[in-house]
Amino acid sequence: MNKALIEKIKNDPDFQKLVKERTRIMIILTLVELVVYFGFILLVAFNKEFLAQKLGDSVITIGIPIGIGVIVISFLLTGIYVYIANKDFDELTEKIKQKYVREV
Amino acid sequence: MTKRSLMFYLLSVAVVGFAFAAGGVEGPVQKQAVNPLAITMFIIFVVATLGITYWAAKRTKTAKDFYTAGGGITGFQNGLAIAGDFMSAASFLGIAGLVYTSGYDGLLYSIGFLVGWPIVMFLLSEPLRNLGKYTFADVTSFRLEQRRIRILAAIGSLSVVTFYLIAQMVGAGKLIQLLFGLPYSTAVIVVGSLMIIYVAFGGMLATTWIQIIKAILLLGGASFMAFMVLLHFGFSFENLFQTAVSVHSKGEKIMAPGGLVSDPLNAISLGLALMFGTAGLPHILMRFFTVPNAKEARKSVFFATGFIGYFYILTFIIGFGAIALFVQHPEYFQNAKQVVVDGITKIVDANDPAKNLIGDKKALVGGENMTAIHLAEAVGGPAFMGFISAVAFATILAVVAGLTLAGASTVSHDLYANVFAKEKDEQKEVKVSKIATIIIGIFAIVLGIVFEKQNVAFMVGLAFAIAASVNFPILILAIYWRNLTTTGAFWGGLAGLVVALVLIVISPTVWVDVLKNPEPIIKLKNPAIFSMLTTFVLTILISKLDSSQRAKEDREGFESQYVRTQTGIGAEGAVHH
Repeated sequence: MNKALIEKIKNDPDFQKLVKERTRIMIILTLVELVVYFGFILLVAFNKEFLAQKLGDSVITIGIPIGIGVIVISFLLTGIYVYIANKDFDELTEKIKQKYVREV
Repeated sequence: MTKRSLMFYLLSVAVVGFAFAAGGVEGPVQKQAVNPLAITMFIIFVVATLGITYWAAKRTKTAKDFYTAGGGITGFQNGLAIAGDFMSAASFLGIAGLVYTSGYDGLLYSIGFLVGWPIVMFLLSEPLRNLGKYTFADVTSFRLEQRRIRILAAIGSLSVVTFYLIAQMVGAGKLIQLLFGLPYSTAVIVVGSLMIIYVAFGGMLATTWIQIIKAILLLGGASFMAFMVLLHFGFSFENLFQTAVSVHSKGEKIMAPGGLVSDPLNAISLGLALMFGTAGLPHILMRFFTVPNAKEARKSVFFATGFIGYFYILTFIIGFGAIALFVQHPEYFQNAKQVVVDGITKIVDANDPAKNLIGDKKALVGGENMTAIHLAEAVGGPAFMGFISAVAFATILAVVAGLTLAGASTVSHDLYANVFAKEKDEQKEVKVSKIATIIIGIFAIVLGIVFEKQNVAFMVGLAFAIAASVNFPILILAIYWRNLTTTGAFWGGLAGLVVALVLIVISPTVWVDVLKNPEPIIKLKNPAIFSMLTTFVLTILISKLDSSQRAKEDREGFESQYVRTQTGIGAEGAVHH
């Protein structure tokens, strides 16, 4: 790719929209994952008693659904990313490619 | 000898050699009796995988075939293969054993091993696919100076591969000794030889399919075990946990976090190593080049995360199932007897009825790592136990094959083709990678035998710490930070590696557990928090101060790279045969 083409793609509104959207989603989802996991780790480190609380009369503690929840949330987040990317990013990427791929 | 006849020769040597070795240990010397069912099933697996290798070898001609299976693997297949690469015997037998001895603490490890995947998905999967070709160093060196960046990537990759491989080989030797009654060194040699054959002849195509088959076997076997456990307790978790708490020596403590994560600094440092180490493992990163485009790359991570998460939930059920069901099986314990106290059946020491043995590391025949194997016997009889033993062996084989391929690729593609070779020659590059496979394989066998009596538990943690401190920061900065320069990346990465190595040597895991000193110099068990910080801070600082001509080129190259990262324009495509 030459400099002129790179400039052209960079100034393309579709490219700018793609980058803006993807960066936003990337940052939000990464932060959610970091907060969920390190929040859990800090809970384990500082407040074991909280996780050891029993659910009603059950022998099961609140820590078990929370722990399994971290695994499930992580998986769901990857699903959310795939959903958004398939819905929005691929279409924009295809549009950009159509416009410039002959000039590469 | 032609390639085909050489292949047949090796194939028959491996099968005959294994059958011979298996036949030679029928004596009563080993702790574990030879399990003929397990050996039969394992031989079936070996023959099938050698068949796949033969098939793959005929289709592996170019460098692209060797490194990326031609780039035509689908997202779903790659997801399974990634899961296969990641679900090692350590995470199956080790975590099931940890849940059995400590309950909830086992879950903490599972969670740590899983949470790296969303990070891989959001930050790395698509850029890797759009920028890379064969190894992750293609991505880090995209706009930086090839020579220094490839050397750094090779140092990072080879140290991760070496430590991980030693841990796997030693684990393999001991496990096979237990499962099949084979002598330790025979087991290590069998594993090493098979992995050389898979990788040298079948390249990525054979490695991928071996991972996929192993992943299906492991997920299937673990699902059946968890299902049988739940069936036994009428699909009531309350029943399962209630029984487990009533019989375990630690009682209710198994339902909440215990001593595994004691102080916050250790907890966060281990968390960082597990999370970002996953995102820096060379054999995992390499898998993103086997799919045709960014869309399939992200699909792979989605499926991989699903399979791995599901598998870790299964190991949790398996560990608790073992606690709850082993009371019916005093024969799984050494020197134990079954007693009934206040209507509750317990397993106690034959000489000391006050000592409850459920959850005791040493009391189980073969140790805590045998938890899942004994449970297989308890829920499915000897045939199923044979199956699970064979699956555990297959798991080890698949993981070491993936590691060896990653190590060989960095030697041939990063070091040979991009640093030392005077001209590009793909055929020569493939030849070098095959030679590298054989050398790494022999190296792994020798190290496996040398480290037999050593405590290698720290090596997996170290591999993750190095991956998190050398490979991951440089990848992230190379992809997203315009101002990164070659000099900054090179010295920052090396500093992170040195800090990780030094801190682990003076930590309790090596200074006390391996070197037998009474007191550690530092209390931190995993160095990641400091080594990652070192790499990031130094790399950014040096890059900022770098005003060389090279730095100017490094920064100027960012724009073009950025457009390709985001759109995939100019990215490597798949080839069809």
